[in-house]
Amino acid sequence: MLDTIGASTLEDLYAHLPEEVRFPGGLNIPSGKSEYEIVDYFRARGAENANQHANFLGAGVYHHYRPVLVDTVISRGEFLTSYTPYQAEISQGALTAIFEFQTMICQLTGMDVANASMYDGSTAVPEAAMMAMRITGRDGIAVARTVHPEYREVLGTYTRHLDSARQGVRVTEFEYDAESGQVDLASLELALDENTAAVIIQSPNFFGIVEETKQIAEMAHAKGALLVFVFTEAVSLGLLEPPGDADIVAGELQSFAIAPSYGGPFAGILACKERYVRQLPGRLVGETKDANGNRAFCLTLATREQHIRREKATSNICTNQALIALMATVFMTLYGKQGLRDLATQNLAKAHYLGDKLWRRFKGPYFNEFVAATGVQSAEEINRRLLGFKIIGGLPLDRFYPELKNSVLLCCTEMSRRADMDAVAEAFGA
Amino acid sequence: MDPENLRYTKEHEWVSVEGAIGTIGITFHAQKELGDIVYVDLPKPGAVIQQGKTIGSVESVKAVSDIFSPVSGEIAEINGLLAESPEILNKDPYASGWLVKIKLSDPGEVDKLLTATEYQAFVGTESS
Amino acid sequence: MIEKVRAHPSQNESLLFETSSPGKAGYQLPELDVPTVDPAEALGAQHVRREIGGFPEVSEVDAIRHFTRLSTWNYAIDLGLYPLGSCTMKYNPRVNEAVARTEGLMWIHPYQPDALSQGAFAIMAELERALAEITGMDAVTLQPAAGAHGELTGILMVRAALQAQGNPRKKVIVPDSAHGTNPASVRMAGYEVVNVASNDRGMLDAEALARMVDEDVAAIMITNPNTLGVFEEHISNVARILHSKGALVYMDGANMNALAGISRPGDYGIDLMHLNLHKTFSTPHGGGGPGSGPVAVKKELEPFLPLPRLQHAPSGWSWNYGRPQSIGRVRAFYGNFGVLVRALAYIMAHGGDGLRRATLDALLNANYLRKMLEPHYEIAYQAPSMHECVFSDRRQAANGVSTGAIAKRLIDYGFHPYTVSFPLIVPGALMIEPTETESKQELDLFVRALISIAQEAEENPELVLMAPYSTRTTKVDEVAAARKPILKWRG
Repeated sequence: MLDTIGASTLEDLYAHLPEEVRFPGGLNIPSGKSEYEIVDYFRARGAENANQHANFLGAGVYHHYRPVLVDTVISRGEFLTSYTPYQAEISQGALTAIFEFQTMICQLTGMDVANASMYDGSTAVPEAAMMAMRITGRDGIAVARTVHPEYREVLGTYTRHLDSARQGVRVTEFEYDAESGQVDLASLELALDENTAAVIIQSPNFFGIVEETKQIAEMAHAKGALLVFVFTEAVSLGLLEPPGDADIVAGELQSFAIAPSYGGPFAGILACKERYVRQLPGRLVGETKDANGNRAFCLTLATREQHIRREKATSNICTNQALIALMATVFMTLYGKQGLRDLATQNLAKAHYLGDKLWRRFKGPYFNEFVAATGVQSAEEINRRLLGFKIIGGLPLDRFYPELKNSVLLCCTEMSRRADMDAVAEAFGA
Repeated sequence: MDPENLRYTKEHEWVSVEGAIGTIGITFHAQKELGDIVYVDLPKPGAVIQQGKTIGSVESVKAVSDIFSPVSGEIAEINGLLAESPEILNKDPYASGWLVKIKLSDPGEVDKLLTATEYQAFVGTESS
Repeated sequence: MIEKVRAHPSQNESLLFETSSPGKAGYQLPELDVPTVDPAEALGAQHVRREIGGFPEVSEVDAIRHFTRLSTWNYAIDLGLYPLGSCTMKYNPRVNEAVARTEGLMWIHPYQPDALSQGAFAIMAELERALAEITGMDAVTLQPAAGAHGELTGILMVRAALQAQGNPRKKVIVPDSAHGTNPASVRMAGYEVVNVASNDRGMLDAEALARMVDEDVAAIMITNPNTLGVFEEHISNVARILHSKGALVYMDGANMNALAGISRPGDYGIDLMHLNLHKTFSTPHGGGGPGSGPVAVKKELEPFLPLPRLQHAPSGWSWNYGRPQSIGRVRAFYGNFGVLVRALAYIMAHGGDGLRRATLDALLNANYLRKMLEPHYEIAYQAPSMHECVFSDRRQAANGVSTGAIAKRLIDYGFHPYTVSFPLIVPGALMIEPTETESKQELDLFVRALISIAQEAEENPELVLMAPYSTRTTKVDEVAAARKPILKWRG
């Protein structure tokens, strides 16, 4: 091959680079390892992490069972090692699966259109906010303090400099009701004005409490703002009323057979009402026909995207989370109509079993997470004791909510065993 | 093929004037360059626009082209047919494929636009 | 009429929603070990939904057949060369997949105590160190979820750094050959995009650039090698020009597969850059993701990196949130950890020498293709190619055969097409990136296919224009899809 090229050594291939850009040394990275050594290294690192612990952490990342078939499907090379389906004729497999994904997300959320995925829930939120700003021509965002704190941080980072001419976007947070743990409607009312593009709420919210979405939607719409509905626990949609009153839904699908993996990769969704589709970022698959008149699928409405519209695009997103979205697609297929409801009902029962034993800080209806007060003990003390039983306790909330001292966010799923829940209750002194 | 009674811009729009109303569209050349048009984004009636500024866009599957208004004024009417059937822009750019009608605020602007002959000459130099 | 489905590619398969039948399911839940709870009572009847209308109802065997059949309609690296320029479609060793599924890595929660996450910290620290070494930079954030996300992170850091000096400035220069993500990211960071044209060698013109850079310019965003596969030979001069005006140099590292081990951007004036781990450092592209877009910076920019940062103390690793100058979070948690694991596995398997060798092989393959195809297709720019080469369809277009048509015909020859019509500065571009993992046999097959298509374009253009012939789906009507969008199954 070198002869064909007319080079005598491999080094000749970059001999045209100026001297000052050529790296003369060798990289200070140990020499190549065998497959066995690599497996061994990562097994050792894995062993340094929590292993075989029962886990009561939720807060945006949930321990749900992953059906075996999920990895079987996504490990097929045709899914695993293909790329974005630009060439429709040899990508019908991926395109069809994405079309099914979009359909299921619409069925689940009550929206008309869903895109092919976002990076995760946290980045879907600012994308939804920016979408609402484009639609309304306004630049104020009102976000509930009960939206995941890290999602709100990401929203802040994205919107801070969005429009330098207008000194960035104004993000206002509104409070929760200390009794119910739901959005404080009076505080929401104060946060709304003629410049509010979007009201952003999460349900079940960060405290696990179900919000009164319908009422909040009415308040937002009365001011001409859109309602952005956020979810982090997708399993809840098996049981809870879909947010059909919202205009845009931004969510996280980690619960659908996506392993916690220390926080990623996950898959976000963005769905909306039909009339806003032109402002929806991300890839979309549409149905059409091939030359023989048979049903076929292709990427469509691409003119919204960065590779065509460049600086005027709806977003800079290119790579998304296609394979992870496929995991969720297989999960939704296996559980299906009845299974997702049954799964959600089990989660509800488990959480209420433990929740009933503890002093819950909020009285609003909750799904599979709740905030427990620790009483005289500190959250850290309780969690330290639980670790002795190989149980990882809940999340101490003062980290994100300084006013919520001695409060722990606990999550129970179908994977929570009764004996472990009893141990948690005991550690709380219940 | 570019009608003699219209005036043109270097951004490939045309305008025809009847009284105080100007009708705006894109040229045969523009639609041909874009290929099959799939979507047309137009301003709302009542919008006040300035000559040379973007008033919307025309999209094919893989391209977007801004529409620059050849004249200043207020949008009086938009071509509602285009929402359902954007393909008429390809089939009939100089008649049923018109985009918007504008109440002209400065009819004098029209005289400074290209004539059909000038436009054809411009397209000729641009494509060579 | 054939009722029984046949093998790929003429196999029929309905949508899930069409094969569903009531009561079928593919799941089992364990018996509930706690008392049942009535949803209406617990949640309030108004909060409980009716059934999920239209949701699938299929068995496990229905499900696996469905997805397996769909998979046979996809082309993939596992089937052959996938020469999409700019996408670095290399083979990813399967051990990477295996280690990412290590129990203690897959099932760890981002909020579990730091003391119980030390293995995860160690992996991330090791990867940060390796990426800093490869790029010649001082610090790395692993948080961004993809390349474009890294771009946004980087430009926000540019803004924060300049703001700290008192003036964030207004504009970012982006070459016309850049990926569309660059200008889109610049806008999201609140900057105005200024485009700069490439010269006749396909490179940035340092002199023209010098005239453009003023006190309003915050940075240049430069892809190197650029999207023509050409190394920006004046890059250190470009950096000097920008720096002399107090502006920064951002490098889009999407094409780092051409540089790892032979050229370190941090050594010649680049202030910050992102990497696409899923391209250069191996994560299967998975039909479009997931990716990971770490950003590497010089130490002057370190204070502005996203929150949180890894920190080490005698007691072990932990997260540091106390960084007042940080741009904040760009994503919840710490990044696409599973992709980070794969990248480190890849780097370990290669070692420093192996990474360099992979780069040289990528250069070798691209230059071999260029040499073999040059007699048949017109090379867009004469400048030497790095890891990819860009042709134009000029000769074939004379017979009415465009790059798009050649691409479709390539499918009949058993290959995935190259990148079509990009970069935009080359009319009718064929952008070809073979990567280092392809053998000479595979490359030769590809060359023969493209030569044969060039002949067909001469002798029988109609044949090329009607392609593909061998796929399950014939040419797809993208115009109809865009005119009347159908974006979900309507029953």
